[in-house]
Amino acid sequence: MAADARHGPPSSVPALHVHHVSLRYGDATILEDVSFDLGAGEFLAIVGPNGAGKSTLVKVALGLKAPQKGHALIFGEPAGVEPKRVGYVPQLKTFDRTFPATAEELVITGLRRSWPARVRPAESAAARNALERVGAGALARRPLARLSGGELQRAYLARALVRRPELVLLDEPATGVDFLAEHDLYDLLESYQVDTGATVVMVTHDLSAARYHASQVLVINRRVHGYGRPEVVLCEECLEQAFGHRHHAHAISV
Amino acid sequence: MSILEALSFPFFQRALVAGLAIAVMAGLLGVFVVQRRLSFLGDGLAHAAFGGMGIGAFVIVSADLVGSRVGFINHPILIALPFSMLAALVIAWLRRGTRLSSDTAIGVSFAVSVALGVLLFSLIPPDANLGVSAMDLLFGSILGVRSSDLWLIVSVAVLASALLLLLWGRLGYATFDDELARADGLNTDRLELVLFLIAAVIIAVSASVVGVILMAAYLVIPAAAARLLARTLAQMTLLAVALGLVSTVAGLAISFYLDVPSGATIVLTQAALFVPAALFGRR
Repeated sequence: MAADARHGPPSSVPALHVHHVSLRYGDATILEDVSFDLGAGEFLAIVGPNGAGKSTLVKVALGLKAPQKGHALIFGEPAGVEPKRVGYVPQLKTFDRTFPATAEELVITGLRRSWPARVRPAESAAARNALERVGAGALARRPLARLSGGELQRAYLARALVRRPELVLLDEPATGVDFLAEHDLYDLLESYQVDTGATVVMVTHDLSAARYHASQVLVINRRVHGYGRPEVVLCEECLEQAFGHRHHAHAISV
Repeated sequence: MSILEALSFPFFQRALVAGLAIAVMAGLLGVFVVQRRLSFLGDGLAHAAFGGMGIGAFVIVSADLVGSRVGFINHPILIALPFSMLAALVIAWLRRGTRLSSDTAIGVSFAVSVALGVLLFSLIPPDANLGVSAMDLLFGSILGVRSSDLWLIVSVAVLASALLLLLWGRLGYATFDDELARADGLNTDRLELVLFLIAAVIIAVSASVVGVILMAAYLVIPAAAARLLARTLAQMTLLAVALGLVSTVAGLAISFYLDVPSGATIVLTQAALFVPAALFGRR
């Protein structure tokens, strides 16, 4: 896998280090003693049933949720120390569709980390390049409220990639996106990864996507049920342990 | 008498300057209030100011401070201001620290403050000569703005507007998507707390001078109309301020010519600007 000069040679420091993380809400255990190291340049898919703690794990990595036990480090640093090295694509349901904003403004937040009152020419050029890269160049001036699910996802991806992050974290990026847009999304991620040597972490329900696009898979249902190469981890035994039945294993074996 | 002649009267000049100052700070604040779906917050904090003024008035009368010449010591705002800020902190805590939603948290503060204000104002003897009554505070009189009130309003407007402009980008980002902003290292809890405290100061000071109802209108109607017309948050902010300024000037002028209450006319002028925005604005 090619790594560009900006990101430098592969480091011995893991891109993501999760160390004995446990998190509870009241009586409910969300994550229990979750540990793994993800090397730089890998493409990790986090899979598991609904309520398995997949999104919570990403939020712990980003510093959005504080675990009761354990910790997570990004490139050896606690979350939030160097947010510019991280590009985050949240679930689409978190944002307010009535907010008066254009796709270009959304992408610029990835550069500024604040909302732009006035768009500078250099920022506009960078935002448009990022939007073009994800096949959404024509959307720059379009209000966010008028974008489809797939178009919005592209705008969010452009926002995450405009800062050229070394780690891209995506929380169920294919939710609400049609089949073609979903495959475009995976192709874009792989292309970005090949170009820059970046690390990608993606929460997904799609075991086929995990099987065919990820280099590493974490099977989780509150605790880790498997971690490693997809052909090893996406086995009937691991999936049955995590999902409680064999249906999912059959779904990706065809 | 023409409007130019009316402008030669100091009471009309004070009303105009106070209205314009409130329009600017309420417009800047209202954008975030409307976009965060906190319109009820304006009402809640304005009524908290009413409760605070009730406490202040009661303390001043009980301590026999009426007519004191020591600074603001004879003005109930001295107590209304910290009381409103405390209400803002309680609302912020109820929102973040409990399972209560914003409207419930604000509703609790609203009801308690009004009850407190009504109770305490009822205990003040009618001959106390305080210069502030419960009816004045609820419905206000922008034409009755005193010189000392004007200095207070203009000072608060300058400071609050500067702070809101300074924080505009971060507040905008956190308003758009709290989680995204936090992932980028913004302390959105602290930002919201600062926003609530700024709101408490703006609303308490303005409501104590122009009344609870006019203040709540300034906070919500121009920003809501601007939301319907604007394509971006920056446009919405400029429009909210502009609509507040226009409605102040137009409302005062119309009330002068028709000889009707100024505060109510300003609110109805804002509503007159809102209606076409709702009918013809962006969907």
